[in-house]
Amino acid sequence: MSIEELFNFLLDHSPALIVAIPLLGAFLTPLVGKINDKVRNAFAILVVAFTSFLVFLLANDILTNNTIRTYVFGAENAGSPIVRILFEVDGFSAYMAIIASILAIAGVIYAWSHMKEHTGQDKFYTLVLLMIAGMFGMILTGDMFNFFVFLEITSIAACALIAFYTNKGKAVDAGFKYIVISSIGALFILFAIGILYSQYNALNMAVIADSITFSFLDKIALVLLISGLAMKAGIVPMHMWLPDAYGRAPASVTVILIGATQASLYGLFRMVFSVYGNVFSSIDVTKDTVINTINSVNSVGWMLIILAILTMLIGALMALKQSNLKRLIAFAALAEVGYMLLGVGVRLASKVSQDITIAGETTTQVAFQGYSATALTGSVFHIMNDALDIGLLFLVAGAIYLVTKETSLNKLGGLARNMKYTTVFFLIGLFAVSGMPPMNGFASKLMIYQSTFQLNPIIAIVAILCSILLLAVFVKVFHSAFLGPKLPSLKDVKEAPKSLLIAMGIIACIIIFIGLFPNLFVENIVTPAANAIMDSAKYITAVI
Amino acid sequence: MLFNLPYIAVVALILIGLAAVIFKRNLIKIVIGITLIESGVNLFLITLAYRGGSTAPIYTATTTEETIMSLPVPHALTLTSIVIGVAVLALMLTLVVHIYRHYGTLDARKIGREEE
Repeated sequence: MSIEELFNFLLDHSPALIVAIPLLGAFLTPLVGKINDKVRNAFAILVVAFTSFLVFLLANDILTNNTIRTYVFGAENAGSPIVRILFEVDGFSAYMAIIASILAIAGVIYAWSHMKEHTGQDKFYTLVLLMIAGMFGMILTGDMFNFFVFLEITSIAACALIAFYTNKGKAVDAGFKYIVISSIGALFILFAIGILYSQYNALNMAVIADSITFSFLDKIALVLLISGLAMKAGIVPMHMWLPDAYGRAPASVTVILIGATQASLYGLFRMVFSVYGNVFSSIDVTKDTVINTINSVNSVGWMLIILAILTMLIGALMALKQSNLKRLIAFAALAEVGYMLLGVGVRLASKVSQDITIAGETTTQVAFQGYSATALTGSVFHIMNDALDIGLLFLVAGAIYLVTKETSLNKLGGLARNMKYTTVFFLIGLFAVSGMPPMNGFASKLMIYQSTFQLNPIIAIVAILCSILLLAVFVKVFHSAFLGPKLPSLKDVKEAPKSLLIAMGIIACIIIFIGLFPNLFVENIVTPAANAIMDSAKYITAVI
Repeated sequence: MLFNLPYIAVVALILIGLAAVIFKRNLIKIVIGITLIESGVNLFLITLAYRGGSTAPIYTATTTEETIMSLPVPHALTLTSIVIGVAVLALMLTLVVHIYRHYGTLDARKIGREEE
């Protein structure tokens, strides 16, 4: 078999392998762990690295050719594929898979030194790999029930990892909160899947999307899906697990947990724009109910905008008053989730029916306003930026905790004198998360500001305000943790171990790269992904 | 009306479960609430599968063209969901045990409030 054939073989089977390899690796880890610790850590990194390689192979193919790949499980050529479990990878899935793989590889490399002194590392790596497998499954699947199963795999593994420090009461408490919220959310989703199945007799997302009518039951299912996924993504009324979980989990887990949260957000995008895409993007103008449908689409949009604004405000304001570094970053992460949701809301709220006069003949058309595409692209871009920025900040916080055993800002100070690289990484993360011009956060936030401004200036003002608040928060952190004289208690602090620096370095390099060449990045990766999520017809025809 | 009885039971189970999760302070009762929601959803899936006068979806010698069978897919979904539910339940109870060891109480108001 030549190299090219091997690559094609891997590419053809990559959707299945991306999930299967971490899953297999997860259960091999305890066995490999019998040899010794270093071999096991290297094995885990190898598994994630190979998975990431497959992700990049797949994403490269999909984003450059702008195609959709499907992978049908089960016997070949035996009946129609739509009754089987099916993976469907479009540009948006590929894009999310890239994000997930960057976070996963940074998290696993980081864990090498970060978890060194803990017992139970075999189980730790098993759970991490399980969580990664579940995350990729959620992103790649094209089947509703399969989505639910992967969601549960992710949340069970994540819950066990959040409560990893079982010797600390608060960590266990955070884990309990997480499992309560995520299992209720998952049950809501299962209920919605049942409702959809009862009407359309299908579990395949594309098949449901093709035949959806937006009946009363569909509306109930939509509400259940959005609320279930919002619980998992940490959107405001259901956000109270997020600061605890992010703050209490080991930093290497938090990075991957960000990916899991965003996989839920991916689910929200997928349900709204693909499964309900026919309802939202192509409303039949000839029907009498068109105004009704537009109104309900707009009200869903405004509801999401209100939730997004609340998420941003509460996240930024709560971050201001925290004195625990990891909790503070967790609230900032919450604020960032708001920006991502904002694009979805703006897209749906901008749906209008307008009378267009072409050659003296007036026709009514239903269309999205032009700026909503920018808003959605901005949101999609922001998913990547948030993952990198917040991920980097959590890694820095974890490094500080590892060397000082301290997370309270009141007891930290003068770290810049001993931890040069960490300080630089924190500065990069600080500028990126608050949307300062040279970094990546600026590019995506600008897209969100300018498009939401056209819908309603107040939304844009609140969004900018939250961004400024975040800058204030992190400048405060930078001042109190890194600047100032050396504290006597922190006199012997050393620079963070190498594996931590490598993990932070990977993410920082990507942040700077995106910040310097945002256009290159937007044109080649983000725009194809955003177009894929907006084009529900293509998603449907790829299967049927 | 009688035909809708299972659906009424489903909604009742889910609402009782949600009420328990939201209003109860005892962690064990919260866990029970979640299991109630889960039973409600499972009952919903099973009810969906039933068609009036149907038999189990198995081909036998007596199966004719007129035999109505219940839908097999929701049964498979329910089984999977039960298995996942057991895993979640076990995990939640483990955490409750850990919490009890740390705090000596199961009252949600007294957990995780200590200063560090």
